[in-house]
Amino acid sequence: MSPGSGDDPAESYQLGQQDAGGQAANPERNDGERLRDSGIRAVPGTEGQASASATTRRTGGGGRGRRGPGGKGGGRRKKGRAEDPMVPDATFTTYYGRQVVKATPWEADIPFYLFAGGLAGGSSLLGMGADLSGRPHLRRNARITATLALSASMLALVHDLGRPMKFYNMLRVFKPTSPMSVGTWILTAYAPGNIVAGAAEIARVLDVARFLPVRLRVLSTLLDWAARPGGIEAAMLAPAVASYTAVLLTDTSTPAWHEAHRELPFVFVGSAAAASGGLGMVTSPLVETGPARMLAVIGATAELVVEHHMEKSMGFTAGALHEGTPGRLMRASKILTAVGGASALLLGRRHRAFAIASGLALVAGSVCTRFGVFEAGQESARDPKYTVVPQRERLNARRAAEAAGTDPGATPTSVRPGPSADEFQTTDPTAEPQENTR
Amino acid sequence: MSLKEVFGRRLDARRGSDQAFTSVEAGGPAVRAGWEDHPPRKGFFTDTSICIGCKACEVACKEWNGVPQDGIFELLGSSYDNTGALGASTWRHVEFIEQRKPLGGQTTGVTIGVPETAVGADVLLPDADSGSFGKTASSFGTAGAFDTIPGPVSGPDHSGIDLFGSLKPEPTATPEKPLVDLGMPAFDLPSASPDAGERTEFRWLMASNVCKHCTNAGCLDVCPTGALFRTEFGTVVVQDDVCNGCGYCVAGCPFGVIDRRIGDKHQPKDALANKNHGIAQKCTLCYDRLGEGLTPACAQACPTQSIQFGDVDELRERANVRLADLQAAGVAGAQLYAEDPDGGVGGAGAFFLLLDEPEVYGFPPDPIVTTADLPRMWKNAGFAALGFVAAVTTAFVGGRR
Repeated sequence: MSPGSGDDPAESYQLGQQDAGGQAANPERNDGERLRDSGIRAVPGTEGQASASATTRRTGGGGRGRRGPGGKGGGRRKKGRAEDPMVPDATFTTYYGRQVVKATPWEADIPFYLFAGGLAGGSSLLGMGADLSGRPHLRRNARITATLALSASMLALVHDLGRPMKFYNMLRVFKPTSPMSVGTWILTAYAPGNIVAGAAEIARVLDVARFLPVRLRVLSTLLDWAARPGGIEAAMLAPAVASYTAVLLTDTSTPAWHEAHRELPFVFVGSAAAASGGLGMVTSPLVETGPARMLAVIGATAELVVEHHMEKSMGFTAGALHEGTPGRLMRASKILTAVGGASALLLGRRHRAFAIASGLALVAGSVCTRFGVFEAGQESARDPKYTVVPQRERLNARRAAEAAGTDPGATPTSVRPGPSADEFQTTDPTAEPQENTR
Repeated sequence: MSLKEVFGRRLDARRGSDQAFTSVEAGGPAVRAGWEDHPPRKGFFTDTSICIGCKACEVACKEWNGVPQDGIFELLGSSYDNTGALGASTWRHVEFIEQRKPLGGQTTGVTIGVPETAVGADVLLPDADSGSFGKTASSFGTAGAFDTIPGPVSGPDHSGIDLFGSLKPEPTATPEKPLVDLGMPAFDLPSASPDAGERTEFRWLMASNVCKHCTNAGCLDVCPTGALFRTEFGTVVVQDDVCNGCGYCVAGCPFGVIDRRIGDKHQPKDALANKNHGIAQKCTLCYDRLGEGLTPACAQACPTQSIQFGDVDELRERANVRLADLQAAGVAGAQLYAEDPDGGVGGAGAFFLLLDEPEVYGFPPDPIVTTADLPRMWKNAGFAALGFVAAVTTAFVGGRR
């Protein structure tokens, strides 16, 4: 080393390369849109150059993606980090900071459906209970809510498809390996009863029978008669409607969804109970809303308790539920659900205004839960750390166990795949163009 | 017999039958999918150690399959990779990784250095104190400016050789007038430029990524329409006319391969850019070519046989031989990826020989098909549904207040 150069040139070169990433190769280059999307500028293949927290610092945690740059406060970011002591400072390698798995192309339709589907399921159960226990207002309102929520769900689901006009292709197979296929059939079975019960109530409210010609009044009578069986039929399938959506999300490679697969069904069912009970409290008079209130309180409690447990068991991946937009939504959901549940329990019986306020808080809490979990998953797919770090740990643990000559033991997820769609293959291979099959 | 035993036995039976259909067996996944008379399982072995990054595979794939342009022409700042990632309109993707690691088995013997004093040689730097171009930062005249620095590897010691003797400038006196840098291109050797630093170990990794055609395919498992199906060759293919673009397979794939194609609104509906708009698309392993006994376009176009096409069983043997060769030659880090039939996707139909850890190439280090946990998920959802019923019952029985 000659005098005058204090730094080790090799070291500074190394650092420069690591910091600037692609810029080191061409300082004039402006990162393209896609790179800004992925947000991280890390040199590939240099181990130990990017820590999870460093990545978070550079990219501001969540709030990336296609929403464009800017608009994120630094203080908010720091707060998110401080709240999140369980995320280890893991080092990991990526390919130019790009995401590994892909986020679903789903948009707001799907989290809205998660909410509306849960609301429909819960309201159907509430409607049947009110019907059987003689609470006419609660029954009417719950049935109408269920029908409206189901209709909105169906529209949202079809709208989200890449080819909405081909939605009926969902009905060509039944595949237990595809939660979406199972869900399609659950909804198909659930819808008729729901709609019959809801239509009967709407017809009664509008007094349709008066406008019908005498010969057709029998239809109205028939609808009235079918309302109860329809409501019961819908209520039989309603729990499945409310809970399968959790499997819909967790049966993906999206880290924050898959890692939640033990608890998410309970969170979603709790959220559905809170929303439907809450809306029952909003729409119906106090004398009839006892069960709705109780359902809402049970649901809110279950949601909060299991959600807390879920964040613990998700480990590293739970970070996606704490940062950025999903973090804000989840915090809002917890506050709204806790406040709504507590006020429903303590004040919901006293005055209609309290009942309405706490019911609305619970509904809003459920919306925030669904959007929060949905966005957390999307964010965890876009950020490579949630894919790479847990898998790398799993792989290292297995290699270490193999090197030690011991049985790898229980891996976090089962190594052997479960049922394969191949066994449920329903596609007729001859449907392919003839020149393709030999 | 206890319930647990029954359950355990059933699971074991499934495991046994499942493993019988992994691709080590002659049949492969095609048998499991119900094909009775089928050809051997086909696949790719992508040997990245001989990939030269020419992107012929990308071009050949686009040309043969009529895959539209993916995005605008943009520079991504990731070496020579301006494609970015696999997607609905990118079925082959050539990756470039620049690494500060030596290539296995290659030593230069010397590491050519630049003089420490090169920084600011005859270039006047702004004086921090006076803000003027007052003095030269350093002078080239110091003795031993072009010393070579011994390399880190053993080998013949060339440190005594002065490779740049003829280039050594004459010692100059302090210029009378300050020189101004006009930004003209330099005619020095690249390593002699002031900010080049020290030449060090460096290598390029190139790899052509593609759909893995997994034995246990997440996309195929979760597809709700049956648009994705297992061909007689054991590959996984989307039927364009059946897919309704639900997008579930996009999240189902543990490798981030498949995606929903986004068309171009500004072009007519029948333009190539709008072909299969809104539909999930990925590599078909050239299903149409396989049917005619042809090699897939990418493998056909590959000039170095980095992409090798054939029967998966045979490719697997070839891959193991190649891996042993590389390891014997001292290429540290060489490993097979997605090949292990006991792995999380049950052994892929298209597997790779990598020279570094998978995540360096943007591959998930330990992918496991998401449906592996599906039985547990359904069970939990069932319990949650029962809990919902219990909660409603409690509400109506206990809520009569």
